Amino acid sequence: MRNFTLPSTELMVSGHLGCQGCGGALAMRYALKAVGENTVIVIPACCWTIIAGPFPYTSLKVPMLHAAFETAAVAASGVRAALDVQGDTETTVLAWAGDGGTFDIGLQALSGAAERNENIIYICYDNEAYMNTGVQRSGATPFLAWTTTTPEKTPKTEPKKDIMAIMVAHRVPYAATATIAYPDDFIRKVQKAKSIYGTKFLHVLAPCPPGWKAPSELAIKLARLAVQTKVFPLYEVEGGERYTLNEPGREIQAGAPVNEYLKLQGRFSHLTEEEIQAMQTVVNARWEQLRKNAASF
Amino acid sequence: MTTVLTGTKKVVTGNHAVSYGAMLSRVQVISAYPITPQTQVVELLSELCANGALRAKFIKVESEHSAMAALVGAASTGARTFTATSAHGLALMHEMLHWAAGARLPIVLADINRAMGPPWSVWTDQNDSLAQRDTGWMQLYCESNQEVLDTVIQAYKVAERVLMPAMLVLDAFVLSHTAEQVEIPDQALVDQYLPLYQPLYKLDVNSPRSFGALAPPDVYMELRYKMHQAMEDALEEFARADEEFEKFFGRCYGLIEPYRADDADLILVTSGTVTSTAREVIDELQAEGRKIGLLKVRLFRPFPKELLRQALSGVAKVAVIDRNISFGMGGIFAQEIKSALYNVHQRPSIFGFVAGLGGRDITPAVIREIIDYTENHDEPEDLIWIGVKR
Repeated sequence: MRNFTLPSTELMVSGHLGCQGCGGALAMRYALKAVGENTVIVIPACCWTIIAGPFPYTSLKVPMLHAAFETAAVAASGVRAALDVQGDTETTVLAWAGDGGTFDIGLQALSGAAERNENIIYICYDNEAYMNTGVQRSGATPFLAWTTTTPEKTPKTEPKKDIMAIMVAHRVPYAATATIAYPDDFIRKVQKAKSIYGTKFLHVLAPCPPGWKAPSELAIKLARLAVQTKVFPLYEVEGGERYTLNEPGREIQAGAPVNEYLKLQGRFSHLTEEEIQAMQTVVNARWEQLRKNAASF
Repeated sequence: MTTVLTGTKKVVTGNHAVSYGAMLSRVQVISAYPITPQTQVVELLSELCANGALRAKFIKVESEHSAMAALVGAASTGARTFTATSAHGLALMHEMLHWAAGARLPIVLADINRAMGPPWSVWTDQNDSLAQRDTGWMQLYCESNQEVLDTVIQAYKVAERVLMPAMLVLDAFVLSHTAEQVEIPDQALVDQYLPLYQPLYKLDVNSPRSFGALAPPDVYMELRYKMHQAMEDALEEFARADEEFEKFFGRCYGLIEPYRADDADLILVTSGTVTSTAREVIDELQAEGRKIGLLKVRLFRPFPKELLRQALSGVAKVAVIDRNISFGMGGIFAQEIKSALYNVHQRPSIFGFVAGLGGRDITPAVIREIIDYTENHDEPEDLIWIGVKR
């Protein structure tokens, strides 16, 4: 049994436009609870462009700048610079982008911001495809997954881009993974990010029931299974080298097979036994590498 | 050695005139990326920031697209912002130029006019800036280094009044790398002329608002109407800012400037540094007894239609020099001037000349050739290429 009390602050209100079971909506709610009201949020084109609500509405109680698709990290850098130059070094600047805006079109600006060590928190809520435009493959789409641009007969043949490795290679002061299934872990990581100066990067798995072809009530369960099957391990990297696996209490030592996670999602329903085994092999190898990284510190 | 005493005269290049203009405007956030021939602008700004002459945050971004995106963030947070670029850098910013205008952010940008590749060219022409005509940016074409410096300051004045971004434009090398004597205005006077930027709305945790959210069809068009109205207002605001500037600093430029154009039978229309060369030619021609005048167009967006109608409607012939080309149509200033004059009863015959692309010199002889051609032909022509080897 673990005891954890969610911060009672609610900076996201009802009436938002997320789909039923939207992992990205829940991720925002938790992130804002963690980061608090003294925050400016920058949102590039992504599902949250819609979820936030059209003019003249907003579902957030923090100031929000909608930004161009590829500019989350750099628009946030600009907000940070303007706050700093006006003497406000306390307000947190949070860039909040989807996987397309992070792994693909926004990677250059993110790399630039990380290289400059801009004092921002960057959270990528990853639903593993261009969901807002109707489920097209992105660099974050998993190996062999179905999307509308990787139909079942020719599913995605490339593995998911390792965005964490890319950010760690920038030696950002703090990088971590999280999911909506473990709010205590997620909130602790956002709060830790807030306490550190420089570019902080969080990679948050945010299940998308319509895009993953899964029932909406399974969103949290899918996120939990992603961790338990090691498809999406929870870990932190400080200073570009100190790895910590966040495994205690997550029942992942038992090592559930990846199919426990895959079989609940229509996007993987075309997979053969061999393909599932191939995915298991990749997941195992990556887990071992992470364990080695963590063990060396 | 970059410390500069304000209220003094100094020999500076066009690029450094831009930097001093930004310094005197007390810009707070700068974001830029190197590109020839602009780079000296941000090199000097870096030094001015480093030695404390300018208290600004300078974000050294990884692309021009990011340069403008950073300024969108900074200006939305209430800072006075500046960048400079050229050619491909400006083209890469294109999406964000729309963004800055749509967000009604008074960002000021200096574009050092450079021809677009391929083939690679670093020399001047106006296709880079004119390709941004419909982004919602005000555009001013400068003739001298003094005008460059003064225009930076005026641009902030107007941009912050009408909440539209402004671009000042100067010719690569002909101005950017050419040194002239420039009066560096007194900082205290500039502070009076251009007080701190105080936006009505900004990203503020004490007053949370959403900026740029999805606008359904029932509101989008009104927002575009307001942008157009702001541009219309900018015509008056520029005239006012120019008058105020003259009271403070003893210089003004107008939105357009007729030069020895009274009683002229033929008026030559120019923009940028070609104007200076043309002034010399006009002086010579008038000394020869020919009734040829000159009209400089300084403000291109908003386009000073009414002033142009007043200046050109009674004239028999107009020759427009375009250092740019809209492929499949012709010179862009000529098109705009024809469009502005179409609904006027007494409209002149308008001859469109394209010259000086990719930095080819527009010499006094070239300008004489243009004037002679216009005088010797009765029927106007939309597009006459000057000096092309066929």
